[in-house]
Amino acid sequence: MAEKPKKPQELVQSIEYKPPRKRWMDTPVEFHKGTFNYSAAVDKLKYLDLPYPRKWQPTEEDWQLPDNWQEIIHKGFKDRLDKYRSFRVFMDICVRCGACADKCHYFIGSGDPRNMPVLRAELLRSVYRNDFTTAGKILGGLAGGRKLTVKVLKEWFYYFYQCTECRRCSVFCPYGIDTAEITMMARELLNLVGLNIDWICTPAANCFRTGNHLGIQPHGFKDSIEFAVDELEELTGVRVNAPINKKGAEILFVAPSADYFASPHYYTLLGYLALFHEVGLDYTWSSYASEGGNFGLFHSYETMKRLNSKIYMEAKRLGVKWVLGGECGHMWRVIHQYMDTLNGPADFLEVPVSPITGTKFEHARSTRMVHIMEFTSDLIRHNKIKLDPGRNDHWRVTFHDSCNPARAMGLIEEPRYVINHVCNNFIEMPENTIKEQTFCCGSGSGLGTDENMEMRLRGGLPRANAVKFVHEKNDVNILLCICAIDKATLPPLLEYWVPDVEVGGIHEMVGNALVMTGENERLTDLRGTPYPEKEGGENV
Amino acid sequence: MYDSGKVITGIIVFLIIITFPVWYNVARGKANYVPELEYPVDTGRCVADSAYIRAYHMDLLNTWRDQVVREGIRVYRAADGRTFEMSLSNTCMNCHQSKENFCDKCHDYLSVSPYCWDCHIDPKELKR
Amino acid sequence: MHLFFSLAAVLVLLILVFIGVDVVGWRYLFGVVIPIATIISFILGMLYRVIKWARSPVPFRIPTTCGQQKSLSWIKAGNLESPHNIWGVLGRMVLEVLFFRSLFRNTKVSLKEGPRLVYGSTKWLWLGGLVFHWSFLVIFVRHFKFFAEPVPAWVMALQNLDGFFQVGLPIIYLTDIAFLAALTFLLLRRLVDPKLRYISLAADYFPLFLIIGIAVTGILMRYFTKVDIVGIKEMAMGWLNLAPVVPAGIGTLFYMHLFLVCCLFIYFPFSKLLHMAGVFFSPTRNLANTNRVKRHVNPWDYSVKVHTYEEYEDEFRDVMKAAEMPLEKE
Repeated sequence: MAEKPKKPQELVQSIEYKPPRKRWMDTPVEFHKGTFNYSAAVDKLKYLDLPYPRKWQPTEEDWQLPDNWQEIIHKGFKDRLDKYRSFRVFMDICVRCGACADKCHYFIGSGDPRNMPVLRAELLRSVYRNDFTTAGKILGGLAGGRKLTVKVLKEWFYYFYQCTECRRCSVFCPYGIDTAEITMMARELLNLVGLNIDWICTPAANCFRTGNHLGIQPHGFKDSIEFAVDELEELTGVRVNAPINKKGAEILFVAPSADYFASPHYYTLLGYLALFHEVGLDYTWSSYASEGGNFGLFHSYETMKRLNSKIYMEAKRLGVKWVLGGECGHMWRVIHQYMDTLNGPADFLEVPVSPITGTKFEHARSTRMVHIMEFTSDLIRHNKIKLDPGRNDHWRVTFHDSCNPARAMGLIEEPRYVINHVCNNFIEMPENTIKEQTFCCGSGSGLGTDENMEMRLRGGLPRANAVKFVHEKNDVNILLCICAIDKATLPPLLEYWVPDVEVGGIHEMVGNALVMTGENERLTDLRGTPYPEKEGGENV
Repeated sequence: MYDSGKVITGIIVFLIIITFPVWYNVARGKANYVPELEYPVDTGRCVADSAYIRAYHMDLLNTWRDQVVREGIRVYRAADGRTFEMSLSNTCMNCHQSKENFCDKCHDYLSVSPYCWDCHIDPKELKR
Repeated sequence: MHLFFSLAAVLVLLILVFIGVDVVGWRYLFGVVIPIATIISFILGMLYRVIKWARSPVPFRIPTTCGQQKSLSWIKAGNLESPHNIWGVLGRMVLEVLFFRSLFRNTKVSLKEGPRLVYGSTKWLWLGGLVFHWSFLVIFVRHFKFFAEPVPAWVMALQNLDGFFQVGLPIIYLTDIAFLAALTFLLLRRLVDPKLRYISLAADYFPLFLIIGIAVTGILMRYFTKVDIVGIKEMAMGWLNLAPVVPAGIGTLFYMHLFLVCCLFIYFPFSKLLHMAGVFFSPTRNLANTNRVKRHVNPWDYSVKVHTYEEYEDEFRDVMKAAEMPLEKE
């Protein structure tokens, strides 16, 4: 279970931003307990046909690399330089100005100099110089080059699984160098020699097989949804309809699987169900495409494409007009920036039109998939739902922009618009920690494991610290977010750094505030927490 | 997506900028121009040797200006002991009579605009 | 090591000129052959590198969005931070290239008691960088007077503007002072900030020392030990007309200046200085955030093994049937 060896104060005291004297190239990496992830299970690798499945662990001396591993990586490196202009350009143009250095949450929380984005990239760049540039070939170390050795490979594994691909550094870089892009390349290279982590490959294999990360089989999926329908009825007195695999529905709804299986995601699911019922949406869930999240993004182009393919294939099979997507961060990175390219064109779908307001979502006219924040804010804007924000008065809320919707999509105002209409007490965190400058939860991109807990707590410090600020100053007691990984990993993070602040989704708040036709008086919120006894007005 | 069009446009813009002097000179047709100065017939009377004058005449004139205007000193003693009146119009331009064919030639060539002529008047122009 | 190597390298270059020009007398080599070779190598080098980049495609549209996307009509979109059309992209690029927009955002984190993380605004790097680059550009353009006959009016205008205050003789250019100040700042920053020192390579110090060498020799020539600039212009014009001349009486200082400039331009395409071109190529900045509006095609896309619905139903038909879920095949 969770390793929490250090108390918060101890952990903070271990942070030193001044780098050590010894140069980083001369400092071999050490795998401390609590700061790395375990290797991927052999059967899952085999299921996904990934190269060199074998039993090994990062702490072991011998990683049982294939004999020609250097050749494989060299070839893979060249291949990617030829395929990605971003990679080639980012290898060449960094001037090491250092603007990115203290922008990374892992650096802020650990002080480890190799967590400065510039050095994280230099881990690859040093080998790039040595292998692919004339200066590096001639001058070697003097040109900042070095040979690819097992030591270097271990360093790659450690530090490229200490980057959550959050892109915060790329906001500050004068050339827009995106460490996420570099990390993606590095992880692809590591995969080529069979170095993978379990928390990415197991969900990916599960998702490939059953349609969702958790490996829930179709009947289990159906049970979960039906259970939620029952529970919602108990809470509201309204029996909603939640069709699954229904052909001919107008809209396919895809949410991250954690929404129907984990807490506090689950309350967001109740919110979706209530909302869709109330506006009479003709939609369907799919058991086959029951996962919006895509851990392939954290693994490789191929795995991402393989997992993502299900959404369009299922939309086509069911004959829907367009696709609606739930609250999830990296899912939206894939949908917004990759899906159409990977598995499009979606010419069998129609340009999305809200059946309730008639709004044509022109901004999604090619991909044909709409974010639920866009959908719901449009509903509110057109006064199509009745809301009683007073039902959220027991919450003093703040909002955590998830990395990908903020920095890879620009979904910034929609969630705020919704929050402002369903909650009366909304307080923003300090401006350097929100919107495009938002901080990662510290556990994104497949790093949210228990064995990696110390690193997660360190990486989450900047986010938690901003929450602490509004908690102490404004009595904030819930952190809202629109990402399944956030909802899973922020609770332990806040428990450690800022006890007494809960985590929730925006559609949980929508579900609380939504006045449903024929509903019973709400005695509790969606979490089952009783509202205070009436003092005049209804639940205010 | 290669965006070849944009890349090629960028390359062309870069080449135009970087080779600007070449085609500019070709267009103006003065690429081989070298300023030819009108030297006085009577050489060897200058206040200093020509290499020094070429490089440092502005310093010399600046010193003259300061000494005459601010300190009232009017006589310059050259390195070889000869004395001269410190005067652009009366000493220098006594031999180098044409501003146009002497001073301006190099100044224009190198885009130098000395402020001598803010106060001094070209003697030739005066005669006209 | 990286620091001293770089400094030593620049000093060696200077000594080379001294030996070459003053001792051996290879004026033609330093005054004609190397400069012409530099011009050719710079242009070819830049083309080579840029074309190499251009041959790698941009498989995905990956702008980093720093502002509101264009979505619903009543939400104000941030076209400069999250461009949704060509004008937004151009605006974003102009802000980035000319005004260093991203660097302007820079913050400095400090960890206070509490713990409390504080993000202070810090504009020094932005200011230093901006002053350095703009001064360099103005100085570069001012030097056109040595390469163009007659000197274009706009070069003269720029030069007069630069010497606006008419202080000193020759008039001191503002950019000369700004350039030296910015260079000093950029160097000191690397030396004083432990993080910067830690990440700096020879490739970071060397161009700084090279440029400092260029600036110092240039300033010495203009303000202190003068050189015959008429001869220098003749020489420079000679390179362009391919009618090379080596006028007599040009001092060693000039050859030092010239040689360092040549080194800089030869080094340019093969170093981090290439960021000059690279900034235009960055896919996180030069693409519009129109991802869901227009399909971006990946030229090397290939089909992968997927898990089809049919395979899925085959595997789970029994449980699906038991759960009364709709099936394609009974």
